[in-house]
Amino acid sequence: MTTLEFKGVTKRYHVRGSGDMLALDDVSFTLTSGQTIALVGQSGSGKSTIAKILTQLERATSGEVLLDGQPIPHRGPGLRRYRQRVRMVFQDPFASLNPYHTIRHHLARPLALDKVVPKDKIEDEVRSLLTRVRLDADATIDRRPHELSGGQRQRVAIARALASRPELLIADEPVSMLDVSIRLGVLNLLADLQRESNLGVLYITHDLATARHFSDEIMVLHHGVVVERGPADDVILNPQHEYTRALRDASPDPDKHFAGPAGEATTRSDAS
Amino acid sequence: MTPDPLLTIERFSVVYDVEPPVEAVRDVSLELARGEILGLAGESGCGKTTLAYGVQRLLKPPAVITSGSVVFHDADGDDVEVNALDEDQMRAFRWDKVSMVFQGAMNALNPVLAIGRQLDDVFTTHRPGMSKAERRDECGRLLDVVGVGRDRLRSYPHELSGGMRQRVMIAMAMALRPQLMIMDEPTTALDVLVQREILQQISALRHELGFSVIFITHDLPLLLEISDRIAVMKDGQIVEIGAAESLYRDPQHAYTKRLLGSFPSLTGERGDFVRGAEAPASATPEEDAS
Repeated sequence: MTTLEFKGVTKRYHVRGSGDMLALDDVSFTLTSGQTIALVGQSGSGKSTIAKILTQLERATSGEVLLDGQPIPHRGPGLRRYRQRVRMVFQDPFASLNPYHTIRHHLARPLALDKVVPKDKIEDEVRSLLTRVRLDADATIDRRPHELSGGQRQRVAIARALASRPELLIADEPVSMLDVSIRLGVLNLLADLQRESNLGVLYITHDLATARHFSDEIMVLHHGVVVERGPADDVILNPQHEYTRALRDASPDPDKHFAGPAGEATTRSDAS
Repeated sequence: MTPDPLLTIERFSVVYDVEPPVEAVRDVSLELARGEILGLAGESGCGKTTLAYGVQRLLKPPAVITSGSVVFHDADGDDVEVNALDEDQMRAFRWDKVSMVFQGAMNALNPVLAIGRQLDDVFTTHRPGMSKAERRDECGRLLDVVGVGRDRLRSYPHELSGGMRQRVMIAMAMALRPQLMIMDEPTTALDVLVQREILQQISALRHELGFSVIFITHDLPLLLEISDRIAVMKDGQIVEIGAAESLYRDPQHAYTKRLLGSFPSLTGERGDFVRGAEAPASATPEEDAS
């Protein structure tokens, strides 16, 4: 059981001319393996700051980040070891893969660097990673990113994240750049992998609907403060905080819109 | 036949003349009523933007309009065949009769000009008779209407939030009181709260001013809420068109169903989205798409 703990983390960015900007204000939460937490909030709410601190691309101004009770090392082999255990999947599969390299290279490289498997087993491992993300290994392994569709690319990015056999996955808007009809496929894949490997997943998104269906818990972030947290259905169906309510009510919801006699039909109330 | 048509598109086709040629819009016929909000839904590459551009002849080579007609039924009674207009007539037609809010419009403002100046340009070009004071007054009024406020006339784009910039673009598109506004993903880059505000504003303005809107997006739940009718596009063709509610309740085409099923319901049942679907663990239906 792996536990990642965010303990009273505050992050300030210095903004020239206007003093400090408080990006995160005393945020605490725990992510354990086997659990999916969705982190929702608008742009500027601090979602990505949390991801950056978790991956140590930024350091917290105060507070602690602990993995199994140990503070994250800031540099050296310790940090490297940490990053093998906590992996990131980025938003843009067009930008996160190197156009010069084949898919084989993208997956073999982390395997070799992190010495996950012996050298002569790398090819097998690459193929097995591709199979795990439901890609046809023979058809994809020698391709370059531009030869794949967006959904396929994101699958490769997920396979790369899985290469070092991480225990926790930080997925920052993993499907928002993909075409709508393939988003659920990629999310379902993440859900399957999460169960297969008992991963802990932090699903960062602005989409409340997928947050609700994809995660066990939802955390709502507003101006760097966690304003609400709870089981996914509770947070969406019965929000306690007014900000959560506002977010929910602003999200398109045809079910509610067409329910009843034009009742809540807010934006279309003028349809004559 | 719609009771009071504004725009009649008949058998419209656009081909990108590359090797091999791409039929981006295929034989699309569509009628838009005056004052109607028509949603145009579809995924990337389905031709929805090409159709919207084609209607205003904004396409550049290699795109070629291979067939079809677009007739604009002007409020003053004239029927305008858009394809028959010459260069000057087209320039006068655009923005005056039909305006457009472009995809990523909030980045379409000129960063080195105050937004008042940019709004002013619309009038200097299309309404040369207006005096400076009239123009300034009208620009201020427009900013008031979209909720930015006339005190922002002298602001530069970087001094405004994304939502405000988008409103400025909408103000600009409304400047000449066009009868049709084409909006291509106008709120996609915005937060839901801002998006909701802007949609409400578009809706209210449409009611007040009576313009029609063609609203293009891949976000079907959003379209369902704001549109009167929705057309679903796939591979350059409209596969289904109908009233928003009937399309939602009783979709006919398999692709419409699939698109609807791609959006898990916010407050309703899980529907097609079964968490961790034991079932066909994503046999990657997208492999053929791209």
